[in-house]
Amino acid sequence: MAETSAELLRRWVIAQCADQAAWIEESLATISQGSPERDLHVFLGYAPRKLGKADLVLSQTDLAAADAAHPGWNPSGWSVDGAARVLALLTAAGNSPFSERFKDLRRTSDVAEMIALYRGLPLYPEPETLEFEVGEGLRSNIRAVFEAIAHHNPYPRDHFDEHRWNHMILKALFVDSTLSPIVGLEERANPELARILVDYAQERWAAGRPVTDELWIPVKPFRNDPAIAEQLNKAIRDGQLTEEALA
Amino acid sequence: MFIDPHAHMISRTTDDYEAMAAAGVVAMIEPAFWVGQPRTYVGTYVDYLSTIVGWERFRASQFGIRHYCTVGLNSKEANNEELAEGVMEWLPRFALKEGVVAIGEIGYDEQTPLEDKYFRLQLALAKELHLPVMVHTPHRDKKRGTSRSMDVCEEMGVDPSMVIIDHNNEETVAETLQRGYWAGFSIYPSTKMGNARMVELLKQYGSERIIVDSACDWGISDCLGVAKTAKLALESGISQETVHRVCYQNALDAYGQSGQMNEQDWLNPAAIDQRTLFEGNSILRGGREPRIEAPGERRAGQMLIE
Repeated sequence: MAETSAELLRRWVIAQCADQAAWIEESLATISQGSPERDLHVFLGYAPRKLGKADLVLSQTDLAAADAAHPGWNPSGWSVDGAARVLALLTAAGNSPFSERFKDLRRTSDVAEMIALYRGLPLYPEPETLEFEVGEGLRSNIRAVFEAIAHHNPYPRDHFDEHRWNHMILKALFVDSTLSPIVGLEERANPELARILVDYAQERWAAGRPVTDELWIPVKPFRNDPAIAEQLNKAIRDGQLTEEALA
Repeated sequence: MFIDPHAHMISRTTDDYEAMAAAGVVAMIEPAFWVGQPRTYVGTYVDYLSTIVGWERFRASQFGIRHYCTVGLNSKEANNEELAEGVMEWLPRFALKEGVVAIGEIGYDEQTPLEDKYFRLQLALAKELHLPVMVHTPHRDKKRGTSRSMDVCEEMGVDPSMVIIDHNNEETVAETLQRGYWAGFSIYPSTKMGNARMVELLKQYGSERIIVDSACDWGISDCLGVAKTAKLALESGISQETVHRVCYQNALDAYGQSGQMNEQDWLNPAAIDQRTLFEGNSILRGGREPRIEAPGERRAGQMLIE
């Protein structure tokens, strides 16, 4: 049987931090038995101190196993302490609803912790109960926190309604982030988003500023929508846009 | 390169960050403090601590400066027992956050029984977690308050090598050094310590265990206090070695005892930090030479802090 996400994380973290294997195993065993919340806090706090912050070393096989465990989950770019923190959350016995614990941890998190918490989104139980917490992360001005949700993370594709999805794409453009690492960028294209993006492009052109070619990925399926086609054709005639960008 | 080991950046502007970076500040420590008026809810204190371990750290990184902090219940707010009890419950959770280099700034303000109670409880916490302590010494009845702070550290079994006694002056420095503590000096216009006086102290006491900081906050203060003191000291014939120790190395040695502050953090940041905190920031790559130029140059024009 395929390994679960928790089994994968445990295997990867222990392989990379063999000298701390005993501490990891003991801590996880304790927090899996419903020990006081403080034990979880201590593990989360000590994770970077004991394990370091190196990138998780993953092979193509590992990435394929991740995708098999949770379609769209891509842990490349995760750090070893971040992986251990998500593992702890998946392991901890629930004394209260998961979303309550997530909220409590997010309130007091440092930057690296917040990134780890949000990167783990696709793996948590009761994902729909985290909607408010995800909104708080998307509103963050810390780009890396926003990207922990938006990039290489299938949670938005799987759980966002159209309004939130569209605004995530738009915010990515506003904070100079990139669109191509967004999981489901083509799949979740919609006419309303295409309209918003064309408006955004015109606003930028009016200000004499360029737009990224990535912007056209979710617009392409609506290339021939009458209202959009007219504006795009005009932009091509005015030399602001090329047919190649829309190809 | 300079370290400013006492700077309340939450009260400062982006212009200050730019000036500090331009003047050669590569790392700073933001001690938890009193924000100018009392907090009346535990929740606002929790959000404040959350801000200094998170958002302010990110803000500093945008200017190429490594941000660390200390967490604690300051002496003024220790007098609100309901608030103090609440904050004490949350402190252990913040003490292990990334970049927390000490418990502080703690100590006495009016030297009340409640201040004494929470000072001792926080010293016990620091000892339990093997964290250094940043002690704020009182403005009033300073000499006695400073001696008493050290007495209590010793009573609580905290090693003087783990304690930075801050806001020293000519009256307190001899005892602080003699008893084995680190001696911080806040270069503060008019009230605490001007940089010309600081230079005289360096001539007298040398560089061992002496640390210079700006303590810049919401009041009249100068975020370039460390850089200007270094410049004045060099011009006054103090050795490069001494200036390096008191404006950089000693702070690193003292707070580095937390295991949370390492020169590699700014000279060669971990890949994850480069991607998340310092992306697109070229200032740090390969280290850099200290330099004073605009807006640092403009602001360093009045070099003396008196």
